[in-house]
Amino acid sequence: MYQFNYARPKTLAEAEALLAKADDPKLLAGGQTLIPTLKQRLAMPSDLIDIGGLKELDFIRAEGDAVMIGAGAKHATVAQSPDVKKHNPALAALAEGIGDPAVRHMGTIGGSIANNDPAADYPAACLALDAKIHTSKRLIEADQFFKGMFETALEDGEIVKEITFPHPEKAAYMKFPNPASRYAMVGVFVSKGPWGVRVAVTGAGQNGVFRVKEMEDALTKSWSPDAVAGVKVPAKGLNADLHGTAEYRAHLITVMAKRAVAAAG
Amino acid sequence: MPVVAMTVNGKPASADVEARTLLVHYIREQLGLTGTHVGCDTSQCGACVVHVDGRAVKSCAILAVQAEGAEIVTVEGLAKNGELHPVQQAFREHHGLQCGFCTPGMIMTAVDLIRRKPNLDEKTVREELEGNICRCTGYHNIVKAILAASQEMR
Ligand SMILES: Cc1cc2nc3c(=O)[nH]c(=O)nc-3n(C[C@H](O)[C@H](O)[C@H](O)COP(=O)(O)OP(=O)(O)OC[C@H]3O[C@@H](n4cnc5c(N)ncnc54)[C@H](O)[C@@H]3O)c2cc1C
Ligand code: FES
Ligand code: FES
Repeated sequence: MYQFNYARPKTLAEAEALLAKADDPKLLAGGQTLIPTLKQRLAMPSDLIDIGGLKELDFIRAEGDAVMIGAGAKHATVAQSPDVKKHNPALAALAEGIGDPAVRHMGTIGGSIANNDPAADYPAACLALDAKIHTSKRLIEADQFFKGMFETALEDGEIVKEITFPHPEKAAYMKFPNPASRYAMVGVFVSKGPWGVRVAVTGAGQNGVFRVKEMEDALTKSWSPDAVAGVKVPAKGLNADLHGTAEYRAHLITVMAKRAVAAAG
Repeated sequence: MPVVAMTVNGKPASADVEARTLLVHYIREQLGLTGTHVGCDTSQCGACVVHVDGRAVKSCAILAVQAEGAEIVTVEGLAKNGELHPVQQAFREHHGLQCGFCTPGMIMTAVDLIRRKPNLDEKTVREELEGNICRCTGYHNIVKAILAASQEMR
């Protein structure tokens, strides 16, 4: 790793001030993505601002018809949260399926969505559940947040504070994990709620997570696995690598969507 | 250089470390506790698992400075008064190791697992070992040992 300065602010305000002051700073949350990136020298920040221990960001609350999750909530905490399990069991199950126990003990929801890995799980949940992303500067709709591979709407010095998930009526996530990395080869999150019907796909798109309008329309007409069985997503624009061709991933999207609708009931 | 203070296996430890020093290197090289292994250094194998404030984490994926003020337990900290921890004892009885390289990480993961889920079945154990790789592929006896230890500790 290159040398860097390290700071552990005690408050969010202090973290923002440090971000504004440093040359080329980077936030450090759980470090499960950032530390490996630094080891490979793929990033060379001047300063790491460690928000991993900030109490202000570490909460889960159910209020009204939504669950609010602090950016610093760890995957294991989301998976075990009674509020999430009660109101949004699909989200709890998704968190339980991220990586492995040690990764879930460190990795955070804020770090996951800020990173927007094209194969990460949470972006699919945010998009399918019409989540609101509250930052240190503004509120961003999930539809506007994910901008492409490892790209988000976040500006320099902007910190994700909270993600609000309105309760779904029905929801499920089905992931076909890469057996080596545990990331999604294809993951499909389906939901029905005040926002209508949504289908979000991760792992497959070259530009990261995306919605499948044809499946949403089909499920709006009839909420059943058969409704999506006939909807094929074109292979063009999907990832192809040594783990699978674009055609294979296209096929998996339909299979996972069917399974997700069946699981959502 | 920042001074980092933490508790390691019940004893206070403090030293000057570079910000970029990984917890695993601090534990092995500065504290001389070489029971914690580095198998991959890319977050895949779990040989480096230690407990930070009671939770299993990969010590190759956390900086020593991030553990400032934390309670660390390594495999050396499990035995009490010359008696092996029940999980260590079970690995011994059920031949849960071959070359032994993955063993410290397997054991630390297992201790954390049994604490979180006292009523284990084989499927759960195999799922929970997702982040621990045994290159000797001795999983069968590792799973047996963990199940036996969880029975023993109930
Ligand atoms: C072995 C392994 C397996 C994994 N498997 C999966 C998987 O199956 N599915 C999956 O989705 N993920 C997986 N991950 C990734 C894991 O979920 C990470 O925890 C997550 O992507 C990043 O979260 P973090 O808290 O560790 O962030 P960090 O690594 O600390 O940070 C990641 C990025 O986000 C930025 N950031 C962090 N917090 C904020 C914030 N509040 N506001 C703005 N920017 C912020 C950082 O500056 C950095 O650029 C895996 C990781 C490993 C090591
Ligand atoms: S050495 Fe840490 S996971 Fe392999
Ligand atoms: S016993 Fe050799 S690596 Fe597991």
